[in-house]
Amino acid sequence: MINKETVNYVGALARLHIDPQNADRFAKNLEDILHYVEKLNTLDVSSVKPTSHVLDVENVFREDTVIPSLSQDKAMGFAVEHHKGFYKVAKVIE
Amino acid sequence: MEFETVIGLEVHLQLNTETKIFCGCRNHQFGSEPNTHVCPVCLGLPGSLPVLNRKVLLSGIKVGLALGCEINTFVKFDRKNYYYPDLPKGYQISQFDFPIAKKGFLNIKVDDGEKRIGITRAHLEEDAGKLIHDDELNASLVDYNRTGTPLVEIVSEPDMRSAQEAYDYLTALKLTLTYLGVSDCDMEKGSLRCDANVSIRPAGQAALGTKTELKNMNSFSAVKRAIEYEVDRQTRIVISGGKVVQETLLWDEAKGTTHTMRSKEEAHDYRYFPEPDLVPFTLTDSDINAVFKELPELPYVKLFRFKKQYGLNDYDAFILISDRSIADFFEKCAVLYSDAKKIANWLNGPLMKELNGRKKSFSQLSLSSEEMTGLIRKVEEGVVSNLVGKDILTTLLDTAKSVNAIIEEQGLAQVSDDAALIRVVDEVMAANPKAIAEIKSGKTSAMGFLVGQAMKKMNGKANPKKLGEILKGRFENV
Repeated sequence: MINKETVNYVGALARLHIDPQNADRFAKNLEDILHYVEKLNTLDVSSVKPTSHVLDVENVFREDTVIPSLSQDKAMGFAVEHHKGFYKVAKVIE
Repeated sequence: MEFETVIGLEVHLQLNTETKIFCGCRNHQFGSEPNTHVCPVCLGLPGSLPVLNRKVLLSGIKVGLALGCEINTFVKFDRKNYYYPDLPKGYQISQFDFPIAKKGFLNIKVDDGEKRIGITRAHLEEDAGKLIHDDELNASLVDYNRTGTPLVEIVSEPDMRSAQEAYDYLTALKLTLTYLGVSDCDMEKGSLRCDANVSIRPAGQAALGTKTELKNMNSFSAVKRAIEYEVDRQTRIVISGGKVVQETLLWDEAKGTTHTMRSKEEAHDYRYFPEPDLVPFTLTDSDINAVFKELPELPYVKLFRFKKQYGLNDYDAFILISDRSIADFFEKCAVLYSDAKKIANWLNGPLMKELNGRKKSFSQLSLSSEEMTGLIRKVEEGVVSNLVGKDILTTLLDTAKSVNAIIEEQGLAQVSDDAALIRVVDEVMAANPKAIAEIKSGKTSAMGFLVGQAMKKMNGKANPKKLGEILKGRFENV
């Protein structure tokens, strides 16, 4: 049973802001999705191989060969804030 | 009430491949400028795709086989989701339900023989970045060089019953991993890290108590101390009628205490799901056999063989096998010199002392088996004394000159020449009539004094055995 609390919890894990007005509606939507999955669960799939990937491809590797990395300047170019070659983020304390 | 301690360990091992697990950035970044070994893949930029480093998979199989694990022939990766700035993608690519290896074991030594510690699983994953908390800036600084470093996480069963067993498990594990050559296993550099799950339960109870997870130990002895502290803390809580709370604790090495870890992973809700950016991998038996054939002789097999083949005792054999390069060197020496026990004494005694004094590992020195056995031979033949032999070893390591050259240049050869020794004995006897009178009256301890005097006159280079014989002969003839 999906309720408002579950919606808010999942929202918090995903760093999503859930508008209180929408929480009930999302709960109902998610509940509908779960019902649909439950319906799928009634099918007998014992003879079907589980799909672990949508592509029918296996064993894609790269060899252990170094290719040039980005320069520090370029790496810093994506950052909102940086300091002496480090990305600067809001303080997190352990 | 009697309590039993239950410990399980999670070890993270950084693999020493040239490149990272999913991109071609260089993997050896220790001491590099921040964010100089990064690319769109390990920074988690939109549109980038990871591709598995073949060598990482092979190293994972190697670790699994060395730990007696079953290797899964179907391997896939999963996303472990959590938000923390050390993880640029917001998820770590790890393995959930199909790890590379499972159901292995490692034996440790205990008082009455060996104890088998179960290995639950070993899986591959990527390392996170490094965070520096800067008070002045009131911010955290992030370096993503380490992000994407290949890791093998080795999870043990909760089979250890004391801090000492945990320590012994780590020592045995590190020894095995070092033999494989897949990592430098240096806890100080962070290439081997260990978290401990600790709980207590009343002796005889089958159900496990509530566990806490200990982090932030940077040496094996710190792991031991942290576990001892935590067992003590949990025992006090339970005795006073309290309940242990399941939480993650950080070890504070300076204070010798633990404290609760805040912020990170508050909710252990990782929402694992299959990594859609990586296709699965299937391994054939011949793939696995190929890796198996490449495995070196593992340390405990070598230990057994050294005892059997060379007639060494457990202690000597164990010191030798504790460093694969020394064990190899020992075997090279044993080809050139037949008394294996003598070689073991030299390697485990004087050579080990030199290594410790220099704070170097054997592989950092250049010492040939020819020179080492040459030196042992000179000592055994009485050309130089045992003591001088040790000095020659020091010079040998300092200068890379040959043993013969060192003996010749420094005039170290013992004087075994009878005429020279007789001359000195006569001189010493003439100068010490009091000692002679004592010996004649039965006080034979004065004999040692005379030998010492003669040795002094010859600058310590007289063959002590011959000297003693000549001196004794003088009194028998009187």
